[in-house]
Amino acid sequence: MPDSPPKRTRREFLREALRAAGLLLFSGGLGAVLSRGEAEEMVWQIDPEKCTQCGQCATECVLTPSAVKCVHQYAMCGYCKLCFGFFRDQRPDDGTGAENVRCPTDAIRRRFVEEPYYQYMIDEPRCIGCAKCVKGCEAYGNGALYLQVRHDRCLNCNQCAIATACPAQAFVRVPRSKPYILKTRKASG
Amino acid sequence: MKRLPFYILALVLPAAAGAEENFPPPQFTSGYQFPPMQMPYPRAAIFGWIDLAVLVVTLVAAAYLALRLRSRRHLWLLALFSLGYFGFYRHGCICPVGATQNVALALADSGYQLPVLVGAFFLLPLMVALVAGRAFCAAVCPLGAVQEVVLLRPLRVPAWLEQPLGLIPFFYLGIAVLLAWTGSTFLICRYDPFIALFRLGGSGGMIAFGVGMLALATVVGRPYCRFLCPYGALLRLVSPLSKWRVKITPTDCVKCHLCADACPYGAIKPPTPAPRGTSRREGKARLAALLAVLPLMLALGGWLGYRASGVLARVHPTVTLAERVALEQQGYAQGTTLASEAFYITGQPNETLYAAAAALRARFAPGTAVLGAWVALVLGLKLIGLSVRRHRTDYEADPGACLLCGRCYEACPMQHAEDVEQWRAAAGEAET
Repeated sequence: MPDSPPKRTRREFLREALRAAGLLLFSGGLGAVLSRGEAEEMVWQIDPEKCTQCGQCATECVLTPSAVKCVHQYAMCGYCKLCFGFFRDQRPDDGTGAENVRCPTDAIRRRFVEEPYYQYMIDEPRCIGCAKCVKGCEAYGNGALYLQVRHDRCLNCNQCAIATACPAQAFVRVPRSKPYILKTRKASG
Repeated sequence: MKRLPFYILALVLPAAAGAEENFPPPQFTSGYQFPPMQMPYPRAAIFGWIDLAVLVVTLVAAAYLALRLRSRRHLWLLALFSLGYFGFYRHGCICPVGATQNVALALADSGYQLPVLVGAFFLLPLMVALVAGRAFCAAVCPLGAVQEVVLLRPLRVPAWLEQPLGLIPFFYLGIAVLLAWTGSTFLICRYDPFIALFRLGGSGGMIAFGVGMLALATVVGRPYCRFLCPYGALLRLVSPLSKWRVKITPTDCVKCHLCADACPYGAIKPPTPAPRGTSRREGKARLAALLAVLPLMLALGGWLGYRASGVLARVHPTVTLAERVALEQQGYAQGTTLASEAFYITGQPNETLYAAAAALRARFAPGTAVLGAWVALVLGLKLIGLSVRRHRTDYEADPGACLLCGRCYEACPMQHAEDVEQWRAAAGEAET
């Protein structure tokens, strides 16, 4: 076969040219990405304005318990004695027993501050992110309790499993230097 | 007790009044200060750079061990390390396989900037592949490593099955890029078979998929890498250009077929019989016919893809939601879903939602047309590839399919003869 040797070199040449083009493309891309230093890692967070407290944060996370926990924005809290994040709607009395409180894992601590104010604290290791207290606070209170992804726990999956399930599409990517969405007081009514 | 009227007021307020301030800020007289809100931060940025450094070092080490040292044992140890580090320690995220989708999303959506580390993770294994082939697959990728470790007794996948199955990664890549491009979901991450193992937890479906894939991987060499992995499809495209390749035998090939038997990935191609005049002419005619048909195939694929855009668009949650809300409004659907309920709570007009869904469908239509053309292109090029005769005199590793596992070096009798010679020489030196 007389055409065998030249065919090889043609193929070789093509391969080398393509390789050089590929290296140029990839290193150009890498240079572009690296030079744009401000594009930092993104992390998942819940937009509290969109959250509907459906309760799936507790069940859909790849972690057990979920990386989502309830947080308390104290500056928004009314410090009510009869807090509906803390108490059930229907209950035998106003005691703090399990039959009266909303939280299924007893993760909310109540402490007397001064008449008539009470402070509520989330005991985070106990919180499972079920949003029952958030729902109560949203419905009757100031919305000071809300869900956030806790970044000491979150594995930052490239596709968050809760984000996939979230019916309100409330999961958003935020820059890792500002990993929380803070609620602020609305005009007082 | 003086605040009691407020509570009663709160009870009669409709639930929709939530998020409005129902209670005024308390006036503390005891000097009470708000406790600070705890905000635990993600791990420090330096760890991301450590991940990147580990990626670079393992990539270079894998290429060195596979192509210079030619040591399967060292490669296996490196794979174990990668499985531990990228798999169990880093829980499998971020990986170059999934990063493909971040790149697609960043190219499509100006609101999403590609993070530096994700871009580097995507590009580095491809750059290494241009030089040294699929070193990433060899001993860096934790998904590959876990399958490599469990492979007990590889069965040979017959060619008639292996060839079509080997096209799936290209189709999967196309669909995943389209879904990331439209901001629908990250399909590759959702159906990552081993992520549940790395995190020691996950949904039932993920665990079942992972266990099934691992069970299959005990008798079929790396089924995910060969028949699903979309990043593998990219590497398969790039690796044939590589500068350094696997050279199975250090001396002359004796055509013993032992290396091809040892390769669990069907990547070693036997020598071809000498080409004959008639078969060559037939092959040329077939190639010309295929090249002529290829544009028709592309057009047909594009048209079919365009027709299917409505179905694929439903992967996007907004499109599904809009369809559901429309059904509920027209009275065809009873009750509400969690998603439609969440939408009604927002109080947005239905038209806004319908417009958003229509915009998404309009983005999907050209996307699925390109996807259809891509599928047709892959099929057409595969057919062309099958009719192009490659001339081989020795057993050769196909650089696109070769995962640089190093088994063929161990199987090659010529390599063994050389090793023995070296041991003898070393022993002789020691004696004198």
